[in-house]
Formats: sequence, C-alpha cells, structure tokens
Amino acid sequence: MKLTIACLAAAIVLVFAGTIAQVHLGIHEVQQLYFQSLFVWWPPNSNGFKIPIYPGGHLIGAVLLANLITAHIRRFQWTWRKFGIQLIHAGLIIMLLGGLLTDLFSVDSYMRLEIGETKNYSEDLRLTELAVIDESDSDLDQVTAIPQARLQRGGTIEHSGLPFRILVRRFYPNSQVGMLSKAGANAQAAATQGVGSRVVVTEARRDTTPNGHDTVSVVIEIEPLPSENEITAGSLGTWLVSDGLGAPQEFFYSGKQWRLELRPVRYYKHYSMTLQKFTHERYPGTEIPKNFASRVTLTDPDHKENRNVLIYMNHPLRYRGETYYQSGFDKSDKATVLEVVHNPGIIAPYAACVIVAAGLLVQFSFHLTSFLRRRKPAS
Amino acid sequence: MKRYIPWIALGLAALWLASNSRPPQTGSDGFDMASFGKLPVLVGGRVKPIDTVARNSLVIIHGRQTLRLEDGRQLEASRWLADMLFNAPVADKYPVFAIHNPDVFGLFGWEQGEKKYFSYVEITPFLKKIDEQGTRAEDMEAVQRSPYQTAILNLRNSLVLYQRLKNSLQPDDAEDFANEIDAYAQIFQAGRDAAHAHEKGGKFDKGKLDMFQQFSDRYTTLAEMAYILSIPPAQAGTGLHGDWMSMGQSLLNAASAGGVNPVVKAYALIGDAYRKNDPALFNRHVQDLGGWMAKNEPQATSRTAYEFTFNWLEPFYQAMGLYVLVFLLVCASWIFWTQCLNRSAFYVLLLALAVHTFGLFSRMYLQERPPVTNLYSSAVFIGWGTVIIGLILERIFRDGIGAACAAVIGFITLVIAHNLAGSGDTLEMMQAVLDTNIWLATHVVAITTGYSAMFFAGVLAIFYVVRGVFTRSLNQQSAQALARMIYGVICFATLFSFVGTVLGGIWADQSWGRFWGWDAKENGALLIVLWCALILHARWGGYIRQRGLVVMALFGNVITSFSWFGVNMLGVGLHSYGFMEKAFPWLLGFVISQLALMGIALIPQTQWRSFKTATQS
Repeated sequence: MKLTIACLAAAIVLVFAGTIAQVHLGIHEVQQLYFQSLFVWWPPNSNGFKIPIYPGGHLIGAVLLANLITAHIRRFQWTWRKFGIQLIHAGLIIMLLGGLLTDLFSVDSYMRLEIGETKNYSEDLRLTELAVIDESDSDLDQVTAIPQARLQRGGTIEHSGLPFRILVRRFYPNSQVGMLSKAGANAQAAATQGVGSRVVVTEARRDTTPNGHDTVSVVIEIEPLPSENEITAGSLGTWLVSDGLGAPQEFFYSGKQWRLELRPVRYYKHYSMTLQKFTHERYPGTEIPKNFASRVTLTDPDHKENRNVLIYMNHPLRYRGETYYQSGFDKSDKATVLEVVHNPGIIAPYAACVIVAAGLLVQFSFHLTSFLRRRKPAS
Repeated sequence: MKRYIPWIALGLAALWLASNSRPPQTGSDGFDMASFGKLPVLVGGRVKPIDTVARNSLVIIHGRQTLRLEDGRQLEASRWLADMLFNAPVADKYPVFAIHNPDVFGLFGWEQGEKKYFSYVEITPFLKKIDEQGTRAEDMEAVQRSPYQTAILNLRNSLVLYQRLKNSLQPDDAEDFANEIDAYAQIFQAGRDAAHAHEKGGKFDKGKLDMFQQFSDRYTTLAEMAYILSIPPAQAGTGLHGDWMSMGQSLLNAASAGGVNPVVKAYALIGDAYRKNDPALFNRHVQDLGGWMAKNEPQATSRTAYEFTFNWLEPFYQAMGLYVLVFLLVCASWIFWTQCLNRSAFYVLLLALAVHTFGLFSRMYLQERPPVTNLYSSAVFIGWGTVIIGLILERIFRDGIGAACAAVIGFITLVIAHNLAGSGDTLEMMQAVLDTNIWLATHVVAITTGYSAMFFAGVLAIFYVVRGVFTRSLNQQSAQALARMIYGVICFATLFSFVGTVLGGIWADQSWGRFWGWDAKENGALLIVLWCALILHARWGGYIRQRGLVVMALFGNVITSFSWFGVNMLGVGLHSYGFMEKAFPWLLGFVISQLALMGIALIPQTQWRSFKTATQS
C-alpha cells in the first residue's frame, strides 16, 4: 500500500513536470524524456555526463504494475465486498500492460497524397533515412536504406549490396542550407561533389514546436571497395544529402547510375491508396473548418480488394492492422495528409476501461447502499 | 407563522426574478429595437438574432454589453449597433475602444490620463501604425507576446471588426440607400449588356458601362467588408443551415437573380428611416421584414426569437443573485430559526437550479449540442453539477452545508463564466475534430462532472477548516459528517474523472489514432484521477484520517483548477482553446489561498477553537 502511494505521488509529480516542460520542449521531446524512459536525466539531451534525477514513466509504470500484480495475488479474496476492487485493479493491470505494449510496438506515420497520386508506403516525418538507389534497371530500383540512427553514429558503413563504402563525415540534426555565393568570403562548401559544392550548411538548434520540422543534413564520402578485377584508389569525393535540398544527388560508379536521397523513413504496405477527391468544408461565412474528407481507392492484389473509401473526421479507415485517420491537408486543399497508425495494443484500453468502470460502479454503489442503510435507523 | 416563512422566501425570490426580467420596451424615442433585435442574420457560421450580434460585438470591442456615452447617456447594445449599421458618422464619435496599456498611449504620443475609452474618430490618425504594429504582434506565438503586443493586436482586431460592422448592411457613407438601390436596379441589366458587348468588342453604351462599373466596384467592396450575412438563402425555409449572403454579394448577384432581393430593399428602407430619425417609418419597415422572415424562414425566426428572449432574461445573471440569497439564508439559519430558514434556503436553491437549468438547456437547444462545448460552457456546467450534488447532500444531511457549498460554487462558477464571455459569441461553432455530439456528450460531460465533484469536496474541506479553526461550532458529530461527505464526493469524483479520462482516450484513439499522447489537457485529467486514487488509497491504508482527508481535498482544488484553467495558459497541446493571461493572477491567487488554508489546517488540532473548547469542557 505504501509503495502504491509512493508510486502515485511520484506519477503526479512526473506528469505535472512533464506538462510544464512542454512549453519549452515540445510534446514529442517530452514524451521521450519524461514518459517513455526509465529515468528523467539532468541535464537533458547531453551525450556526456548526466545523472538520473527522477524516475521516468516506464519505471513508475513498471513498479506500479509489479506492485499491483503481487497485491492482486496476495490479497485475493472472493467476496462480494471486494469484488469491485478486484475488478478495478484487474482492469488497471490490463491498461498498464496495454500502455507498455503501445509504447514499445506502435508505429505512427503519415501518408501524403495529392489528387490522383498513388502510394504504397507511409512516411515517418520525424525520422529520416539515407536511400542509396541503384537506378540501372529501368523498371525496378534497388534501394538500400540506412536509418538515421546509423548515420548519427558516424563511422564507416558497408553493405553487401553496395560496391562502395559510405563514410559519414558530418551529421547535422537540424541545419540551414544556403548558397555559397551569398555566404561571404570565408564560407566553405559543404561537399566536393554535386550540389554540395555550391552550398554551405550551418548547424541550427533543434526545432521543438508542435508543427516544427528539423532539416537533417549529412555530408558523406563515397569510397570504392577494393575488388579483385578493378583497382580504384582514393575516394570519389564527398556529397551533401539534406532535407533542405530539393533534389536527390546522383553519381556514376562501376557502370551504374546511383542516386543518394535523404528522405523520411518509409514503411511499405502490401496494398496501395489513390486519392480521388479531397473536400474541405467550412462553416458559412467563417474560416472555421467544419469537415475534411478524403475519398481514396484502396487496391490490394493479395486480398483482391479494389474499392473506394471515404476517410473523414472521426471516421478512420481500419485495414490490415493499420488505421488511417484524416490528419491534415496541404497545397490549398489539393492534397490530403493521412495519419497511419499501427498499434498492436489497441484492444487493451477498451477492455480495461469497461472492467474498471464496472468495478468502480460496483464498489461505489456498494458503499452508497451501505451508507444509506446505516443512515436509515439513525433518522 | 414560521411554517410559512419558507414559502414566503420562495415567493419573494420569484417576485424578484419576475421584476428583473421584464421584456424590453420600445424606448422613449419610439424606435422598436426589440423587433429589430429579433431579425435573424448569420454571423460566425450560426444563425442568430441581431441583438446577439450587437451584444457580442460590443463585448469584444468595448468589454461590456452596454455603452456609456460621454454625456452620461446609457446606450443598449442593439441601439449602438443600429447606429453603427445605419448612421456610421454618429457612431464614430462614441467612445467604444478601451485602451489601458500605457505603451499604446505612448505609440500615439498621448499621455495616460483619466480617459479610458476612445472613439473611432480619435483613433483614425493612428490606423496605419496600429495595423503595422498589430501585424508584427500577430506573427508572435500567443504565449510569447508582451502585454503591449497583446493590447495592440486586440485593438487592431477590434478595429477590423468595427470597420466590417459599419459596412455590413450598407456602405458606411450611404446617404439615401433605398434610392441608390433603385437606381442600380434600373441600370444593371443595361450595364451588364454593355459590359458583355465591350468584352466581345461590339458597340456599347459607355455612360451605362461606367455607371455600372462604379456600382459594382462599390458593392464588391461592401461584399468583402461585410461582417453580417443578412440575406437568407434563395430557397425558403433552409435558413437554419443554408448559405446566407451579405448585402453586397446579393446586390452583385441581382442581375443574374433577375432583380434585387426583397430583404436587401427592406434593410435599405429600415436604414434610411433610422437615419432620418423617423421611428414610425422604421418600426413599420422592421415589422414588414419581420413578417417576411416569419413567413419564409419560420424555423430560423423562431430560433432567433427564442435566443432574443434568452438574451434579455439573462438566466445566469438571475441565478447568481439567487445563489447569494441562498448563501445568506443558510448563514442566517446557523444563527437563528435553524429549521425554517434552512428550508427556505432549500426552496430558493431549487428555484435557482431551475433558472440555471433553463439557461443551460436553452443554450443546448440554440446550439444543438451537448452542454459543454467551450470553457465558458464548462464553467456553467460545473456550477450546475455542484448545485445538484449540493441538493442531494442537503436532502440527506439537512444541515445547510450542502446548500451553502452549492450556492458558493454556483455563484463563483457563474462569475467565472461571465468573465470568460469576453471573446464574443459563447455559442461558437465547433472545430471539425470536435464536431461529434457523442463524445462531447460523454467524455466532456464526465470530465466536467468530475471537476464539479472535486470542487465540491474542496469547498466542503474549506468549510471544515474555517468552522473548526475559527468557530466553536464544529463538534465531533458534525466533523464526522463533513468528512463523510468529503469522502463520498471524492469517490464520486474518482468515478467520473476516471471514466471521463478513459473516454477521452478512446475518442483520441478514434479521431487521431492514439489512445494517450501526454497532451497537456490529458495530463491535467490524469492528475485528478491519480490524486483521487492517492487520497482513497491513503485513507484505506489508514495513513490519513479526517484532517488528512481535508488537507488532501483542499489540494484537490489546486489540481482541478490547474487541470481546468492552468493547462490552457501553457498554450500547448490540442485542447488549448484560448490563451488567457488575464485569468492568470486569479488562478495564482486561488492556488495560494488553498495552500494557505492547507497550512491553517495543519495547525495542531488542539489549537483549533472547536477542539479547544471540547477538550476544556
């Protein structure tokens, strides 16, 4: 019981601090630092020396869960008096487990479709990847994707599908890209090859506003692998790949055309979506949005599906374990943004909610009737 | 005799109500502003009576619902709006714009003096400066704006609204609008033909074309400026949810519609009569238009007539007065005539609840929504919920505590609501995400009921502390009764807060794909649930007794107020509807007062007056 109270108190302080911190850090950062962590560290966000100053969401949750389960087992009594309490706590256990499952395994991404456009993948707007694309086959691109975390770690990257190795020279979590010609005499070009030789990159502070977006930039060097029949020495030069550049970078090596592209991480599906129509209704005489709706065609060769669906506010599409929500719009109503959520723990909160609510109801009506019964002889 | 006192008290209260709410009369100058105020128009996406537009606009620009002129005359909102709509040069001299910020005075090169309200004419020389400074302030995030930036932005927005209002029903410089429209009606066919001919390179009448061009430029501006959409949809009977048009738009469409819309003409006649100061003519044209609306748009007209009645009845204002009366009666009952005054308080509280309920349900009918849609309505609903809880407790315990708490919270929440109404229409339309009656009816209602219960427990705790420390009236028995009430109400709060929070999670899951996102408002709700759980566990575990429960219930007030208001002030998250820096000192004061009370409650109980006497005797 004492432990429960300590955990609850700790959770209250954590939630309060986490809420206040959102003013400066932005919601996504706070989630990682405070709630989806074992400890809250100080100073935050530094790679060097740091100390845990407070238990994080996962630790409190885990202790609370363990405590709940042991209490459940130890004190379990099958009486009507305790039935409500048992129900409540069983429900809470399910909810905590579900929350953990969601935190660990759910994937959240976006699909942006212009009218008439078809896509079979969704994108994670917060994570980028370096796609190295072999364009030699005109029908099929061979893509090797390197995740952001690997780029951030730096060093040398080798892959069996690539005839060269990639050396990360510099990684910018957020950056500004400008023209070299306008940058003054002392400025240095970001790279030796491609567009990178004509621009400068400067480090920028992380953008933590809710709709903000970091411009990730990476300077990489391409170095040929020594092979048996071809002896090429030295590097091919450095390239700049960045969100801030409109176009991908290209080069030619070992008889093939290669494309380097820094892009949001993609999650490919076994089916595709085509946007037919997007509508954005407003209340008459105002700019207050009344409804957003996207009509898309869902094509799934595996399941022989080919049908039109309407996705609109509060009416998502659920398909093959993923849920598509109307999230936003773009390009003055010519494009739609759908949020794609894959969450294996989806059922837990629903079940838990019903169980806990039933438990609370049983318990409190039990209290109330006994209270009223006690009053009756008194009056 | 004493048997009749409760009934007499109830009768007096009802009489006071009736005397307060007499329907508006035609003024001494003979203008029938009531009939004019009932006319339906569309503003902010909702069909409402002109009276509502007048009240809301005046609140936005001036901060109050009536305007005091420099010569001491009091102007009703609808009268002010009529001057704005039809007699702009006169209205421009009224001191409507409230300026308090010293830096704004500095911008104008003025010294700050006694004067707080300024007229449009006085501000005109600085319009360009205000617009430029306001645009700069607009680029800042609301949280980061300085008081000066907020003030200048508000002033600019007021000015924009002011200018749009003036050009809603006629160009603000129109002299004889009905005749002007007649002249336009005669020319537009010929003018349009001339324009077509000109485009195709054929022969055309240059004089007619120029005149037509002049008119259409004038009405294009009018259409762009208009704040009020006054012309109902072409298809009769679809006014409630159809597409309304502004005067200017309707005039521009006149050629293709085959004539000037009768409503346009009617408003022009009304305006001309008003400007000529001819009440009889004004009243006749208003009656005609009212009759036309009732025939063609019966639904919209009955809705706006109802809203008009709701406006002048001011049910929440009346309920506030009744709550004060209830509180006084209860206090008196603790001193003398305990039983009959207690009963009187109960009856008057029932009456107050009836008035409050009428207000709440009227709003629901007008908006076609569940009770809570914004911060304003949440205050109204929290008050309503606590009054019901108080009535139930009063029925059970009959010691006046329930009624007193109900009256205090009912009164305070209505005062809060009154102060939240400053942003204009409190019956505003809902953003697309919030446009679901099911979730508004379940999640939001459950959460706000939870708030109600938390505040109720908190106020009970205040009673416990104040009575215990400062009076001798808190004996063992009443202390126990109070503690039991607090415990019961917290159980109730736990149930509703938990269910409400989880329902919110489910709504979030349905709408944007995650059950829980650590959003500020969600966290606020979670804090309440956790705090309730903490209180209940501490009590079951025997770590706290009466006094501990009281102290924790007091802190419940702090947490609930943070969850209700505090998180909105952070200016982050999906739920932050409206940033209010004005409310911040109040919130801080409230929190400090609660902490002080907790401190008082922690004084050793032997020092409490109630228990001192108990131990001595």
